[in-house]
Amino acid sequence: MKEQLEALQSEALEKIKAAENLKELQEIKVAYLGKKGSLTKVLKGMGKLTKEERPVVGEIANRVRESITEALENKSELLEKKALEEQLEKEAIDITLPGRPVNVGGPHLLTSIIEEIEDLFIGMGFEVREGPEVETDYFNFEALNLPQGHPARDMQDTFYITNELLLRTHTSPVQARTMREYKGEKPVKMICSGKVYRRDTDDATHSHQFTQIEGLFVDKNVRMSDLKGILDTFAKKMFGQERKIRLRPSYFPFTEPSVEMDISCKVCNGDGCSVCKGTGWIEILGAGMVHPNVLEMAGYDPDIYSGFAFGMGPERIAMLKYGVNDIRQFYTNDIRFLKQYHKA
Amino acid sequence: MLVSLNWLKNYVDIGMITPEELAEKITKSGIEVEGIEYIAEKSENVVVGYVESCEKHPDADKLNLCQVDVGEEKLQIICGAPNVAQGQKVAVAKPGAVLPGNFKIKKVKLRGVESNGMICSLQELGIEEKYVPKDAVDGIYVFPDEVAVGESVETLLNLNDAVLEFDLTPNRADALSMLGVAYEVAAILDQPLNLPDEDVEVADEDANQYISVKVEDKELNPYYGAFLIKDLEIKPSPLWMSNYLMAAGIRPINNVVDITNFVLMEYGQPLHAFDYDRLETGKILVRRAKQEEKLVTLDDLERTLSGDHLVITNGEEPVALAGVMGGASTEVNDNTTTVLLEAAYFAPAAVRKTVRDTGLRSESSTRFEKGIDPNRVRRAGLRACQLLQKYAGGAVLQNAVEFDELDRTEKIVEMNTNEINKRLGTEISSEEIVHILKKLRFNFEQNIDDFIVYAPTRRGDISIFEDMLEEVARIYGYDNLPFTLPAGASQAGALTAKQQLKRDIKNYLQGAGLVETITYSLTNEEKISKLISPEIKEQNPAPVALAMPMSEDHKFLRLSQLPELLGSLAYNEARNQSDLAYYEIGKIFVSDEKGLTKQPEENLRLSGAVTGTWIEQPWQQEKKEVDFYLVKGIMEGLFDFLQIPVAFKQESLSDMHPGRCATILLDEKVIGFIGQLHPLLEKQIDLQETYLFDVNLEEVFAAYSNIPAYSQIPKYPSIARDIAFILDEEVQAGDVKAVIEKSGAPLVIQVGIFDVYQGENMPEGKKSIAYSLLYQHPEKTLKDDEIEESFNQIIETVNEKFNAYVRS
Ligand SMILES: [Zn+2]
Repeated sequence: MKEQLEALQSEALEKIKAAENLKELQEIKVAYLGKKGSLTKVLKGMGKLTKEERPVVGEIANRVRESITEALENKSELLEKKALEEQLEKEAIDITLPGRPVNVGGPHLLTSIIEEIEDLFIGMGFEVREGPEVETDYFNFEALNLPQGHPARDMQDTFYITNELLLRTHTSPVQARTMREYKGEKPVKMICSGKVYRRDTDDATHSHQFTQIEGLFVDKNVRMSDLKGILDTFAKKMFGQERKIRLRPSYFPFTEPSVEMDISCKVCNGDGCSVCKGTGWIEILGAGMVHPNVLEMAGYDPDIYSGFAFGMGPERIAMLKYGVNDIRQFYTNDIRFLKQYHKA
Repeated sequence: MLVSLNWLKNYVDIGMITPEELAEKITKSGIEVEGIEYIAEKSENVVVGYVESCEKHPDADKLNLCQVDVGEEKLQIICGAPNVAQGQKVAVAKPGAVLPGNFKIKKVKLRGVESNGMICSLQELGIEEKYVPKDAVDGIYVFPDEVAVGESVETLLNLNDAVLEFDLTPNRADALSMLGVAYEVAAILDQPLNLPDEDVEVADEDANQYISVKVEDKELNPYYGAFLIKDLEIKPSPLWMSNYLMAAGIRPINNVVDITNFVLMEYGQPLHAFDYDRLETGKILVRRAKQEEKLVTLDDLERTLSGDHLVITNGEEPVALAGVMGGASTEVNDNTTTVLLEAAYFAPAAVRKTVRDTGLRSESSTRFEKGIDPNRVRRAGLRACQLLQKYAGGAVLQNAVEFDELDRTEKIVEMNTNEINKRLGTEISSEEIVHILKKLRFNFEQNIDDFIVYAPTRRGDISIFEDMLEEVARIYGYDNLPFTLPAGASQAGALTAKQQLKRDIKNYLQGAGLVETITYSLTNEEKISKLISPEIKEQNPAPVALAMPMSEDHKFLRLSQLPELLGSLAYNEARNQSDLAYYEIGKIFVSDEKGLTKQPEENLRLSGAVTGTWIEQPWQQEKKEVDFYLVKGIMEGLFDFLQIPVAFKQESLSDMHPGRCATILLDEKVIGFIGQLHPLLEKQIDLQETYLFDVNLEEVFAAYSNIPAYSQIPKYPSIARDIAFILDEEVQAGDVKAVIEKSGAPLVIQVGIFDVYQGENMPEGKKSIAYSLLYQHPEKTLKDDEIEESFNQIIETVNEKFNAYVRS
């Protein structure tokens, strides 16, 4: 019987080895280990054995069963793996076909620039303020030291609605409004941006509507060197660490002293080129120390408080930073233009 | 202001500094130099020649054959100018000369005859035609007799000059004169100043014998000086004066006019010369014009005046518009022998109105408008007299006839070294400040660190401490200011909740595939009434119009962002860019006042427009055009993201597709709308199907709660059940959904629609809508029978309300 069992084992193992698929394997399993299988049949004949022989043959039979079972399992695993491989091979796709399109939008270039500047100043402790686009003559002009008949009013050709109401020509009225709100009692550290309007004929460098962003810092003992320090920090973060700034005198009715800030030209590194018209410098913004009349009108005692203000045009910055050469492009919304700057 | 450096060198030594370096220094310390103009880049080999003979070219009628003595040699030159003649002294470009425009002069043969150079016009030498004297425009330039043959033309005609173009800010009216510029440059370079004198030898006669002066309005005209010069000879000005005038952008005319212009540019003081004889009365009366009074000005135009305008009269009739332009009837001409020279101070207000009404803006009026130096008025008159005597042979009569109420006092500004340093963040010493004041040539008194500064009247812009702060700082040099950061603890900055929300909304929209745009706030008459959201329309808004628009296209402040946004779409469509998904966040301007008395309400809105293909170029799925459900989905997603519960209500709005439009409701209140643009409008602006949304962000902000309420993440399992109803086709899916929600509450926490079917296998007039229901209880696992009971309840209710039945 022992021989019978061993022959059965080798026969089974041979068949398992030869099996080519899981179905065959299952058939082998049934044929040997099933209720009517060969091994079962052999074991049924155990009753004929002597009491002494039984444990010996039983042990052999168990070994044979284990051996066949193990071989079946191993083979099954192997075949399963093979089957999976075959299936995966069949599932192969043409990865050169295009992916399913995802619609991605993006911000307007001016928004990107404004938010970048806002974030920069928020990081320096400024708050963001807002104000109306239809302004009173008072806030747009008078409160900023531009009384009726002031020659500098001509610098800003204004869209009037009535004698008293107009489209703001700059974002500066927000400064006056904020100071008034703070009643001359606490420091002001604000930045504001928005649309402004001037009576200009639209062309490559003029637009009747454009944007401004400006800041105001009023506190006790604010120095002009602080303005220089803040502007330097701003310019380096906005335009690159290697940029230098310079201030040169200018004139704005609401600041005294007034300056314009230039940054060293990126193209020629200050040596002079066509971009900077040979000067090595590029004008970026206007700034100055808040005029005492402006402080006083807003309820801040100019003997106690001082401050600085600065303002710039995001369009100009976009033109300098990204080479946009026609201001109208910001407002015609050509999709090719808009998409170009979504990662700006 | 054009500043000739050769002219400037008369008053201040600028040493070896190049025009570029000087421009840079001036720019850095106060006045922006916009450009540098060289009259001629090169003008070597151009000399004075004497035309010894001039005959017709044997083979060409229009050419002249000239023998010209140029000193070292004689040259045969062919000249085409009609005015060339024997005996003239002319500018000769010898072979080898290079004229402006890189025009090289060579020996040539013209119709068989040799020509060894060129006789030049001023334009050929580099002078702009508009500044060339009228009689020299159409031919060669002829020198006055006194110039020497062979002399270099470069210096004679000031061709080696460099002209700085100043971009002056309104405060620096002082730099509208060569003397003012000289003060500035002397301060910057720390050089001495060499000012002209006004010494003049006067005749025995007294001007008072000839003239009387009366001024009616001393506010507008606090000083009027009338000088009388007799026995004048009208002729061309000396060469140097013509040269300077041309460099400064003024065309030379004759000696009298040129001298008034020269002094205008030199002193910044406008002057006017009347022909004394043509004035007829010997009287000067300055008064306001009478209503409808007429004056023919120098440009031969008749001006109708009013009481707003100040005029100079001869006692009866106007003879000049004060400070703006003279009258034709008293103009100096070639026969003039006696001149009444006016040097006056007209207040800015006196001139501004006249300029505005007549549109006459001139070098003179500009200076009066910006304010002239009261201490220079009389001196400028004397300077002109001196020059008239010298260059027009005139006899200057004793004593100017004056009306004089002019305030010539200097403003006093007190300052202190510590205060200056405190404001600037510097450590400038009092000695340094003294040095700066001396460079500026400001008078002052010093007591250790305290200063009393007498601001010179030429600097009308200086009146308070901060003005002096600027003077000290700019001469000290902004480059020398340290970089500091504001002292004191800095508080943290942050966006407000609303500002953050606005950015979040933008990010959401951009993530959803929309592109941000910015359009114009000003729109036209046609667009102003279009696509206004119902909640705005309800306020009966009156369009806010500009008083004086620049164009019809930008006349009204918009009441909706959509029309301009559609304009952007059409712009792209016209360029074959048809797949667009745009949004804009901006303001509209709402007022119900017909005549505006207060600021309109500025309403922040979110508007969007999508058109064309949404899913493009699919190879594995269907191409998808934009549709109503796309914009609805974007809006639902937005309000979901904001956790603001809104509802959509079918509505027919004007300008919209009547069957594909809905209002957005928040607590029963309209806060915007979505839908398809009316096909007629689409056609009108050449758009394909276009879907819009428009949301009142002010309402959104008001409804938004910054910190979302905490809600427990459910611990117990949820169970999904699906059901499809057969419904009449008019029944709206949302209505059924609402009934399911109501009937299933609180166990049903979510109801979705996953299929809508109509067509084959469906009875006529019926459709099937499949809903997915999600059951969940916050505190326990729901049992099957609890769900079954609720589910049956829902079916019963829907069947009853909508005449529906369950699709099996
Ligand atoms: Zn450069």
